[in-house]
Amino acid sequence: MAASIARADVSVGTQLPTRTFAVHRADLVSYAGACGDFNVIHWNERIARAVGLPDVIAHGMLTMAHATTVVTDWVGDPGAVVEVGVRFTRPVVVPDDDAGASVEVEGKVAELLPEGLVRVELRATSAGATVLARAFAVVRLA
Amino acid sequence: MALDPALIGRSYPPSPAYLVGREKIREFASAIGDDNPVFHDVAAAQALGYADVVAPPTFAIVVATKASSTALQDPELGLDYSRVVHGEQQFAYERPIVAGDSLVVTAVIEDIRSAAGNDLLTTRADVATSQGELVCTARSVIVSRGTAGPA
Repeated sequence: MAASIARADVSVGTQLPTRTFAVHRADLVSYAGACGDFNVIHWNERIARAVGLPDVIAHGMLTMAHATTVVTDWVGDPGAVVEVGVRFTRPVVVPDDDAGASVEVEGKVAELLPEGLVRVELRATSAGATVLARAFAVVRLA
Repeated sequence: MALDPALIGRSYPPSPAYLVGREKIREFASAIGDDNPVFHDVAAAQALGYADVVAPPTFAIVVATKASSTALQDPELGLDYSRVVHGEQQFAYERPIVAGDSLVVTAVIEDIRSAAGNDLLTTRADVATSQGELVCTARSVIVSRGTAGPA
């Protein structure tokens, strides 16, 4: 159980590989079933609009999962993730079309901590808007 | 109606044990579009030293929600679900969740405060094995829009 990235190989500002995630309506149905959150605003456009949303929106936890994937892909061993946190700022709006929504996640090392830990800052945007704020992960590097 | 800060510190009885299934982990990993072999392939997980497939970090929400929903549905809290949005989420891990884990969750209301007319409710869910080993701690901030009284 060890990260594939060594603490000695990173410094403040080291970038994680940026990833773009496509989010379609079918992905929301799939995520609802996998996580057990069947809130209608994630699959029913009529009700989403009735409560004042522009359209169906993605589960915030799905966006957090995408942000976390950027970290686990980078570090190799998911057990190296010690902490992860996000603030949900704007919803990811998912239209009923073939393109769906797109979520881009960037990360960079923000702080070197004691005991081989580093703090990674994450940024997630969709349609030009920041959808996660104060998003971070603490990971233990080799 | 504003949420009552007197409920800060209230804890709820441990949830029934949740048995983490290998196929559930694979289903969850596929649903988040993550094809990392350690989430799908037993041999890949064992090569990293785990007994079975590892759950993606945010899988903890599946287990934590089962306990924190007990808190959110506390009649004394009087939360109006139609006004609720997920504000923040944090997880602190002792180790990853692995298929075969039997997990028990204890929820506590950690904080209630108002900001800009909204009530902010922080719940903490401690996820432990049935043998009492802490696996992770999940903190959620739930925003109840427009329920806080005038300052």
